[in-house]
Amino acid sequence: MSGHSTYEPKTGIERWLDERLPIVRLGYDSFIGFPTPRNLNYWYTFGGILTVCLMIQILSGVVLAMHYVAHVDYAFASVERIDRDVNFGWLLRSIHANGASMFFLAVYIHMFRGLYYGSYKAPREMLWILGVVIYLLMMAAAFMGYVLPWGQMSYWGAMVITNLFGALPIVGGPITEWLWGGFSVGNETLNRFFSLHYLIPFLIAGVVGLHIWALHVPGNNNPTGISVKTSNDTLPFHPYYTVKDGFAILLFLMIFAFFVFYAPDVLGHADNYIEANPLVTPAHIVPEWYLLPFYAILRAVPSKLGGVILMFGAIAVLFVLPWLDTSKVRSMRYRPLARWFFLFFVIGGLGLGWCGAKNPDDIFLALGSHDGHATGITFLWLARVLTVYYFAYFLVILPILGFVEKPKPRPASIEDSVLGAKAGPQDSAAKPAPAE
Amino acid sequence: MNMLNRLLIAVAGAAALAGPALAAEEAHAPEPHTWAFEGPFGQYDKQALQRGFQVYQQVCSVCHALDFMSLRNLGEEGGPFYDPEYPNPNDNPIVRAIAAEYMITDGPDEFGEMFERAGRPADDFPHPYPNERAASAANGGAIPPNLSLIVKARSGGAEYIRSLLLGYGEEVPEDVNVRPGQYYNPYFPGGVLAMPPQLYEGLVEYADGTEATPEQMAHDVTAFLAWASEPHMEARKSMGFMVLIYLFIVCVLVWLAYRQVWSRVQH
Ligand code: HEC
Ligand code: HEM
Repeated sequence: MSGHSTYEPKTGIERWLDERLPIVRLGYDSFIGFPTPRNLNYWYTFGGILTVCLMIQILSGVVLAMHYVAHVDYAFASVERIDRDVNFGWLLRSIHANGASMFFLAVYIHMFRGLYYGSYKAPREMLWILGVVIYLLMMAAAFMGYVLPWGQMSYWGAMVITNLFGALPIVGGPITEWLWGGFSVGNETLNRFFSLHYLIPFLIAGVVGLHIWALHVPGNNNPTGISVKTSNDTLPFHPYYTVKDGFAILLFLMIFAFFVFYAPDVLGHADNYIEANPLVTPAHIVPEWYLLPFYAILRAVPSKLGGVILMFGAIAVLFVLPWLDTSKVRSMRYRPLARWFFLFFVIGGLGLGWCGAKNPDDIFLALGSHDGHATGITFLWLARVLTVYYFAYFLVILPILGFVEKPKPRPASIEDSVLGAKAGPQDSAAKPAPAE
Repeated sequence: MNMLNRLLIAVAGAAALAGPALAAEEAHAPEPHTWAFEGPFGQYDKQALQRGFQVYQQVCSVCHALDFMSLRNLGEEGGPFYDPEYPNPNDNPIVRAIAAEYMITDGPDEFGEMFERAGRPADDFPHPYPNERAASAANGGAIPPNLSLIVKARSGGAEYIRSLLLGYGEEVPEDVNVRPGQYYNPYFPGGVLAMPPQLYEGLVEYADGTEATPEQMAHDVTAFLAWASEPHMEARKSMGFMVLIYLFIVCVLVWLAYRQVWSRVQH
């Protein structure tokens, strides 16, 4: 997409087209000849996996929309018709519902990969920021999609999330009513959610285009974090990475298929097979698993407004991360302290998800008993500790670590690291990579 | 504001405390039970589905609907009366006979009048009550839920339904207050529900001669309801098996290609 092109049109038609619309050249330079670091590991296959996930969601979603009815009186029944009467409708719905979970599984791995190898640092700040935009759009799409079947969790989940905006001073009430299109979650809300749920994946596809464009300017980062210096450091994308990504995609599809065919409902909530009823509140309102960590942060704060601010802050902080991390070394392979804090960050993120699924008053660690009831540390307090760590990781640890940590010696080049040459003291990670 | 308050209570998870006698957490865990349809290769036991349909039809259908289902579903692949000789369930004589036992209101005819006629496989399962008000009035204020999704709509699944049906008759704990028209059942969240005990020894006379013990009936009707919740389960599992085998083979081939391609370079 940028830099020197290695494409040579071979046939007359290709030459003719190349002078008018160099689309074959674009494809060739992006996915065939693109010079890619020769040391990418399997954590780097998730970008391709995510692209497949997006295509699966769009394809299955478009067909589902042919049978879905966005009306509070018919939505639940239309989803049941899809499951029972539409040919292979059960398969479509299972693919689309589990596909959302697989999409988030992949995106979380993809993001943690970026965090570990320092892929957010110069010169890839725009790439990272576009990734966070994609992530935000994914959450919006998934949330609205979950409302469409109009089960109990759909309805009450929508209620809880839209009500969050009501916590904002002065503008809160009007904003909430504007979102609802009325005075409560109702038919207008369902209709606009359907419209937006259909729109957002195409926005995501657009931002993915930008994301890949921004990737192809500096090129891939790699597990060493060292910039590409010579052509010995790279291999052409095809066939080396097409075949590696292809293998990883197939493995991923096997896990996907396991859920679709053998555990279609384990990731969902039983209450969503009960039609929405504004008069009956479920005993526990819980969002889908991939939103649980943010739900835990929301509930960790005693004030509702404070909770909302921290929840959105948890994502906002990702946008400025490239300027919070002060270390000159990209990859945590060579950052003996940072990699420990990173490990705790991953555990903390999983822990927050666990807290989100639990009742805040449940006991996490029993320390004694009082009147026959166990007492100890509740999930609420665990969530609070983990929330503090979440923010401290970005706002305190990464900024300070860059100054106090002594990085390990790094190999002189990607080629050296692959061929096992002695690690040299030189590091070029600090210098921005030359634009190729 | 009332709405907001209720929400906050629910979000804080405190709703359970405000609920009746037994908090949801304290309900008995469902009894473990083995089902033919469990596991990656499990299929529905057709005999059990047929007996279970009989229990539903003769007992439960007085109060409970099977929404989203038509009588023809009984004769579809994976269903209780499927017969490979009749791939179109509308031709299946058993299903036609079952349907014909129902009287269905149809119309209007050319004079604008509604009329009654014998049921056909294409008809929906009839509703026991004309509307929710009628259902609630007949059941002391509680509405018998639709049963066509009940197995998927309860986190305990089939084991919970079976345990609930057999869970009556235990001694009522002191702190549980059972009002008239209510029944104690420790498997139900809250401990008291408006459904009377249903399954008595010999309640139905099984067409296949099986002895109709409460355990047998509970097993059968729950299996039937599991099928009703997911009529395409057998198709799902058998297709999944083919898909996984296919993916596995392609995966191995691509892995071999990967080894071949990368053997050319050091990495
Ligand atoms: C006399 C009417 C009546 C009959 C007959 C009846 N039920 Fe019910 N059933 C009810 C009512 C009323 C409720 C709602 C109870 C409540 O919510 O308090 C109910 C609830 C249920 C529930 C839901 C429990 C829950 O977790 O919410 C199940 C499952 C159930 N019935 C199964 C059956 C089965 C199976 C049969 C046939 C063997 C049957 N019922 C026969 C009246 C009936
Ligand atoms: C629809 C979702 C997404 C798609 C389809 C997608 C696609 C891709 C692709 C194809 C690559 C190159 C291959 C790879 O390195 O894995 C890539 C790289 C990258 N993505 Fe994404 N991505 C998505 C979401 C995100 C998100 C949510 C983030 C972070 C917030 C992100 C951050 C990055 C970064 C930093 C890189 C460069 C990695 C490196 O070179 O080390 N992406 N993405």
